[in-house]
Amino acid sequence: MTDAMWAGTVAVTGHEGAELEAYAARPLGSSPHGGVVVIHHMPGYDEATKEIVRSFAAHGYAAICPNLYSREGAGVSPDDQAAAARAKGGVPDEQLVGDVAGAAAYLKGLEHANGKIGVIGYCSGGRQTFLAACSLRIDAAVDCYGAFVVTAPPADFPLTAEPLISRAADLSCPLLGLFGADDKFPSPEEVDVLAAELDKLGKEHEFHVFPDAGHGFFATDRPNYRPAAAVEGWKKVFGFFGRHLAA
Amino acid sequence: MCTYLTEKIRMDGAAKGASGWFTVTDGMVYVDHPYHACQEHTVNIDLTNPAEGPSARVAIELTEEAALALVDAINKALAAAPPGLASAAGRSASL
Repeated sequence: MTDAMWAGTVAVTGHEGAELEAYAARPLGSSPHGGVVVIHHMPGYDEATKEIVRSFAAHGYAAICPNLYSREGAGVSPDDQAAAARAKGGVPDEQLVGDVAGAAAYLKGLEHANGKIGVIGYCSGGRQTFLAACSLRIDAAVDCYGAFVVTAPPADFPLTAEPLISRAADLSCPLLGLFGADDKFPSPEEVDVLAAELDKLGKEHEFHVFPDAGHGFFATDRPNYRPAAAVEGWKKVFGFFGRHLAA
Repeated sequence: MCTYLTEKIRMDGAAKGASGWFTVTDGMVYVDHPYHACQEHTVNIDLTNPAEGPSARVAIELTEEAALALVDAINKALAAAPPGLASAAGRSASL
């Protein structure tokens, strides 16, 4: 058993054959490992998200975060890519699904892959995780404070983000939801609505709403970081993936 | 929260970004998470030229107070100058 890992930038094939930049990390050991697709938050493919990818590798998973804004140009800094993508209205849902599928295929093609795929996303990536879990056959999904799953965004919302709750019947895997009690997007009331809908449909889910935490409580490089919620949240994530992504 | 709401405006001027000066054609203003400022939300202003690619961008992240102070300073500076002095319409008149 070794805790050594490989990490670096790779290319994956995304929606409609687009070549995407992605950051991958995987254990160097030869035991079978599950795969985790990390969906970055709206500010983009940043250092903190790459650290999350390495965290999964340190815990024995092969992980990858596709740069969803790769289409804004190679060699463009991630913050400029994020601004350009935002100006265009964000990432279309169909494109997101294709990009996550491509990232999952990359993980499944790795030498020691056990064939299991989990998806985790933060902020806008939380909503996109739910979308991916309702659109693709995966094994586990973790939605970290994704907004606009239950309720529609404001009327003048410029992005292509429609509520997804009507697609809950298509949820293909167990869902872990991690939310902040002080968050407004999504509010605890919205979380309750989603939980009730999943109960009604008989869809396996486990939701936690952390006290004294708002949106983005996992983000160690931002003021909303809440260590108590984040530490407990990471435990929930590793416990959940440990149950559902084992060979 | 992510407000996502974005005010877009056409711009006319120039700005200096990471790769030097460029002509500014577009601007965006939104209140959302900053990329760099150590605050959960800021007023974010992007001055861009999409025709020159995503890197033709100057990004500013300000507190609400700073953004309002900037608006006030712009208005005061313009009020102190002769009307139309910096107007785009003044380009030909100054020749």
